[in-house]
Amino acid sequence: MPERDHLTVTVQRGGPDAPMRPQTFEVPAYDNQTVLDVVSWIQQNADPTLTYRFACRVGMCGSCAMMVNGVPRWTCRTHVSKVLDGNAIEVGPLRNLPVIKDLAADMDPFFDKWVAAEGRHHPTRSRDEEIAPIDPIAAERQEANAGIECINCSVCYSACDTVAGNPDYLGPAALQRAWTLYNDAKDADRDAILDAVSAKGGCHSCHSMGSCTAYCPNELDPLSAIAGLKRATAKRFFGGRK
Amino acid sequence: MSEFHLYMAQRLSALVMAPFVLVHIGVMIYAIQGGLSAAEILGRTQGSVFWFAFYGMFVVAVSIHAAIGLRTILGEWAGLRGGARDVVAAVIGLGLMALGAQAVWAVTS
Repeated sequence: MPERDHLTVTVQRGGPDAPMRPQTFEVPAYDNQTVLDVVSWIQQNADPTLTYRFACRVGMCGSCAMMVNGVPRWTCRTHVSKVLDGNAIEVGPLRNLPVIKDLAADMDPFFDKWVAAEGRHHPTRSRDEEIAPIDPIAAERQEANAGIECINCSVCYSACDTVAGNPDYLGPAALQRAWTLYNDAKDADRDAILDAVSAKGGCHSCHSMGSCTAYCPNELDPLSAIAGLKRATAKRFFGGRK
Repeated sequence: MSEFHLYMAQRLSALVMAPFVLVHIGVMIYAIQGGLSAAEILGRTQGSVFWFAFYGMFVVAVSIHAAIGLRTILGEWAGLRGGARDVVAAVIGLGLMALGAQAVWAVTS
């Protein structure tokens, strides 16, 4: 890589009260530097009014996702050297979500849809009963395990063109959550899950374009989870039971 | 009709259409071998219960399948919502059915 002193970083500024407009900063370049480092440098050294969100800085909390050169990414684990376009980077708020201010997207619709997809546990036992043993090698458990490392960063939701075209669509993360619960031996209401994902904007709105799986920073596969829900609802339609 | 029922209707109509499309194309290739004439086609189709049933079911499946697919496109691409979208899709479906039924009747009666 060629030697360079500075990066040209364009960030989108604005929010509900002010139209979004790009603002460009010159940021010192280092050998090891993440996109979140660059955004933090701007906020700490150039313009303290720049708004953005982060917490853990190690790819666990899912707070810092932004659009980087037009692609949704977790910025704390995205090296500048991997995304640099010439000597420039453009950073914006996540797509498909309202903007609170600058780089901070409003996550409410994302989490509201998580609830709408029935993404909550329906217990089989009360706290007074013994804990049910789980077979870790059961096929169902493997299926659930494949989706439970979601960090709710909303990268898949921002990458999804179906969400962009259909505001009712629940999106990949919420549907993958529903699929993990559907395969959880400790979940007592699978019909409620299938009802929720069969409603307006549910799994049947998915066009299987696969951006969710392509962009998930944790390399999860929401596309296959949604296909699983489609199969499960079709099976139930023909009278098949799990 | 719920979104799920529309989804199932579209998949099931596709299932019906798949063999029809293959037979339709196969017969076309076979039928034009000795040149193509209206008399030859009508000779095969007129009074035929088989071809009436074949293309009759084909038209019904196409009307259902296309109307549901266009309903999705009208929502995602043209921004139509709610009842307006359902009405436009229903008109398209009924229109396809009417045009198709007229054509089937014209060549088999």
